[in-house]
Amino acid sequence: MAEYFTLFMGAVIVNNFVLTRFLGLCIFFGVSKNLNASIGMGMAVTSVMTLSSILAWVVYNYILQPFGLTFLTTVVFVVLIASFVQLLEMIIKKHAPALYNMWGIYLVLIATNCIVLGVPLLNSESNFGFMKSVVHAIGSGVGFALAIILMASLREKLQYADVPKSLQGLGIAFILAGMLALSFFGFSGMIAL
Amino acid sequence: MNTSILILLVLTSLGLIFGFILAFANKKFAIEVNPLIHIVEDVLPKGQCGACGFAGCAAYAEAVVLNADVPPNLCIPGKEPVAKAVAEMTGKQAAAVEPRIAQVKCAGSKENAVLSHEYQGVQDCAAANLLFGGQKTCKYGCLGFGTCVKNCPFDAMTMSEEGLPVIDPEKCTGCGKCETVCPKHVIAMMPLGSKVRVNCSSKDKGVTAKKACKAACIGCSLCMRQCPHGAIEMQNNLAVVNPAICQEKCTEALCLTKCPTKAIRPVILGVVPGTEDKACAGCQ
Repeated sequence: MAEYFTLFMGAVIVNNFVLTRFLGLCIFFGVSKNLNASIGMGMAVTSVMTLSSILAWVVYNYILQPFGLTFLTTVVFVVLIASFVQLLEMIIKKHAPALYNMWGIYLVLIATNCIVLGVPLLNSESNFGFMKSVVHAIGSGVGFALAIILMASLREKLQYADVPKSLQGLGIAFILAGMLALSFFGFSGMIAL
Repeated sequence: MNTSILILLVLTSLGLIFGFILAFANKKFAIEVNPLIHIVEDVLPKGQCGACGFAGCAAYAEAVVLNADVPPNLCIPGKEPVAKAVAEMTGKQAAAVEPRIAQVKCAGSKENAVLSHEYQGVQDCAAANLLFGGQKTCKYGCLGFGTCVKNCPFDAMTMSEEGLPVIDPEKCTGCGKCETVCPKHVIAMMPLGSKVRVNCSSKDKGVTAKKACKAACIGCSLCMRQCPHGAIEMQNNLAVVNPAICQEKCTEALCLTKCPTKAIRPVILGVVPGTEDKACAGCQ
């Protein structure tokens, strides 16, 4: 139990995917202008990442490893995640229109995102078991949600700040992200994976 | 087995499996969308202003196509042509859309209005309003930080040097977004065609209003007595013009002649409130 807890907290804070590994930066900057949108995005990423990690674990352990094709992991995972997200989008659109209206648009953004590919790849690389893969995926998703919600809250406040003209928009957002990452850097080494 | 053949086999079969699942899902989870919704949406102006009462243009398009009770003339920015087109497409009766335009009911320019304090915080009307109701002595007037200008979906507003917003009558669609964001409610929608307007929102008594702003309506009711058609009423120390009567019956605008503070002015679109005299010398 303690092992899973450390893995989870490690993925959320110490090895936060956005702020210490710098994955998923495109959605991190793209969708962090508004707090509500960022909450939706965080939820969407968490759920997609968890489900695709489960699928990827099955494919990796029952297809790729027995045939000795582990060097194909990246290619297979890309196809797997892209088609899984498509499938998920269709199912949600049909059966939960309210949910689709809330974060359907983010699903398309996620389909080709490095953070969603990165987590299953890391899982297979570290030879995590099933439960560990799932916990790691949920932790990474929560970590992403935490980062993007923090960023969106800061950027909403930033709207009213007197920012020098040359830094307005993305410029100040990059500086802000750097400062956030720096603060998360303080956690580094607390939990060794 | 040769590795290259294995790769081919595994990748092909994986691709086929995913492909079949997606193709199957596409059939199974297909949703029939009324194509008319997209056509109607294309006709709408896409300002996403929400004047129709729906969340955006797409939401209104869906509602007007699917729901028989939703009238086709709710899009105010689209005016007559859009209402007609939507009515035609959805087979509903087109009722007239009354064209309207935003007006700023304040002439408290930098020259006219007296300040009660300096404000140096966040440059936004809502924020300035939180601190003692704004920096002007008149608590009803325009604060001049341009929240309305920033929020105008049609780019129809600018901030004048006098510190009051100016509305471009060509671009203003009357959607009413500025009306909702203004913390002072100093912007109101008026029908096109009104002859006169009152450039003031102050409900203070005459003396107080006059001390706070040179251009204030002091509630003397001279204009009300001048108007032969009874189009002007006094409400809370403020003259209020009834646009319907004014538009229909007024021929010579007698109300303009006696106003001691020139708070009631002829409507000249696209000028800073209070500077109508400079804009058109022939109107006197």
